[in-house]
Amino acid sequence: MDFGLIAQYLANGILLGTMYALVAVGFTLFFGVLDVIKFSHGDVLMLGTFIGFTAWLGLEAVGVTNPWLQLAGVLLCSLAGTALIGAAIANWLILPLKRAPQLNTLLITLMLGTAIREAVRLFYPNGSNPKAFPALLPDASVEIGSFALRADSVILVVSGLALIGALNLVINRTRLGLAIRAVAQDEETARTMGINYTLVVLATFAIGSGVAAFAGIMNGLYYNEINFGMGLILGLIGFSAAIVGGLGNLYGAILGGFLFAGLQVVGSALLPFASAYKDVFAFAVVIALMAWKPTGLIPERSSDRV
Amino acid sequence: MAGALVVLGAGHYGWALLMAEETWQVVGLLALAGMATIAAYKTGFVRRVERDWAEAEPQLNRLAFAVLIGLILVLAGSHFALLMISTVLLYFIASLGLNIQFGFTGLVNFAGAAFFGAGAYTAAVLGAQALIPPLLILIAGGIVAMAISLPLLVPIVRTTGHYAAVVTIAFGVLFRTFLEVNEILGGPQGLMVESMKLPGWDFYNAPNLFGFETSFYLNYALMAAGLAALVFALFRRLERSWIGLHMDAVRLDETAAACFGISVRKTKILAFLLGNLILGVSGALYGMMISFIAPASFTFSDSLLLVSIVLLGGLGSPWGGVVAATIVVLLPEKLQLLQEYRFLLFSILVILVLLFRPEGLLPRHLRNFFPNRRTGA
Repeated sequence: MDFGLIAQYLANGILLGTMYALVAVGFTLFFGVLDVIKFSHGDVLMLGTFIGFTAWLGLEAVGVTNPWLQLAGVLLCSLAGTALIGAAIANWLILPLKRAPQLNTLLITLMLGTAIREAVRLFYPNGSNPKAFPALLPDASVEIGSFALRADSVILVVSGLALIGALNLVINRTRLGLAIRAVAQDEETARTMGINYTLVVLATFAIGSGVAAFAGIMNGLYYNEINFGMGLILGLIGFSAAIVGGLGNLYGAILGGFLFAGLQVVGSALLPFASAYKDVFAFAVVIALMAWKPTGLIPERSSDRV
Repeated sequence: MAGALVVLGAGHYGWALLMAEETWQVVGLLALAGMATIAAYKTGFVRRVERDWAEAEPQLNRLAFAVLIGLILVLAGSHFALLMISTVLLYFIASLGLNIQFGFTGLVNFAGAAFFGAGAYTAAVLGAQALIPPLLILIAGGIVAMAISLPLLVPIVRTTGHYAAVVTIAFGVLFRTFLEVNEILGGPQGLMVESMKLPGWDFYNAPNLFGFETSFYLNYALMAAGLAALVFALFRRLERSWIGLHMDAVRLDETAAACFGISVRKTKILAFLLGNLILGVSGALYGMMISFIAPASFTFSDSLLLVSIVLLGGLGSPWGGVVAATIVVLLPEKLQLLQEYRFLLFSILVILVLLFRPEGLLPRHLRNFFPNRRTGA
């Protein structure tokens, strides 16, 4: 295998890993503050990407043609819209069910995801067909030997990693992050310390959903195509990544995201006769990892109170 | 008396629903069912039905089976009605399998459609060889479904909660992707399935009933009814046995169950394997009936549909499963208008049920170990 091919696989893996990590971070944040899995995450992501796409259509219609301006508009609308949707779901569907069994929340959000997916398929104009997402990033590329480094993927990876870094700073260095960590550690104590619990939960869901929308836009910009089913598979992968990494831990989510991307890439590189089996391989390894480390690679600290 | 009345009424209602052709008729029937339910609650009729059921369950079960057979025979000439009855019955059987895992033991299985599909694919592969008698193929379908769940046992037993959910979800996706890329199993196009054959009785031919031409689906409807009765009886026996008690204990509190000397591991393994066996058997018969299967019929959404049947009916409640399977399978077919919106409507319906009636439509009651003894209540 020559250098160019390996570099190609590597670049692809890093891009996918960044995207998966961005999705997984949301799962782990939500689990941290509320101990729930919000399975509609992937479909909220898809909805966010469609909001961005609609914003692009709108910008085209009013005559804004500068790609950077368009990109800014798309990102702004998508992230803000998705953050609002995430907070709304938390407020009306997840917080009221706080006392219900965990499984009910998981199922409600699973069903909500299906509802969102179906609603986009049925009610978005021509929603059942894939949409061509515009290529807003420069399409220049640098040739290094037989390997072409695309400028757009570099920009995507750098901005994705920057977003993860910024999120890490917010969680670890700001007052909001302190509040989020306090709520995650012990809800009641956090309340008695004067933390506005509901607000913190809503903010967490808004942040997590916004980050996921960024991953969705990334996906659209890279593949230049979006469809109503993209959220399901991204959500499944993000969930698996968060679980494999260990719930409730930011680093676990990032580790899980890159691990899953690595597995997919290794699967398609090492099984040349059967690169179609790369997802089978990746999910099989996930199952094996769960058998080996039942609470994830970076286990959540917990003890059963009897 | 009240119980018998309900069973007979449900039989009539099923007939009316299957025969209704216009949308307004179906909607009218649904409204009727809604009003009847409300009236039954207001007048205390529900209590009497429940008491009857507690006192004379075996008789009422037999009556229900007789009504079902009667319904099938009355509709013997109609392809569509019989296909619907058989599909409802097979989904009901599948939901019983899932109920053992989910309702009794608390093991979440989000790969129900995968095990259902494993049975169907077994029927397709073995049926093409024509070496094994078709009745054994049904059992083989169950055994294959059980066998492919063996590698999952370790992670299933070791993980709990969300971590267990991811194992079955990953398996469901894995299974479907595998079927799609595997050339031997037909890839995305799927496979043909041979029809069921008993000695001297090919299910492909329409039986001639006292000179009447009937639909060939009559065979499958009768067979599905028999299988449903068998699995239902097994389910009830299991619930009343010590195994059922162990399963309930494990669901309610693993630590407490372990303290009482119940092997949590063995109970979970038993529930998981038994549930998948039932799913596989029903899948095999389903494959033979629709005679053509493709990976697109065994997706994550279909697994969710199975889970919704269990939840809508009520965890661990077999009669709830009948009602829920009817709603989930029959309604979209009857209301062609809604066909397109099926998944949307079900997801909203399940959300509403979980929000406002989390215990399901017909919640499970405590075990009744002494059916003929009157209790104070």
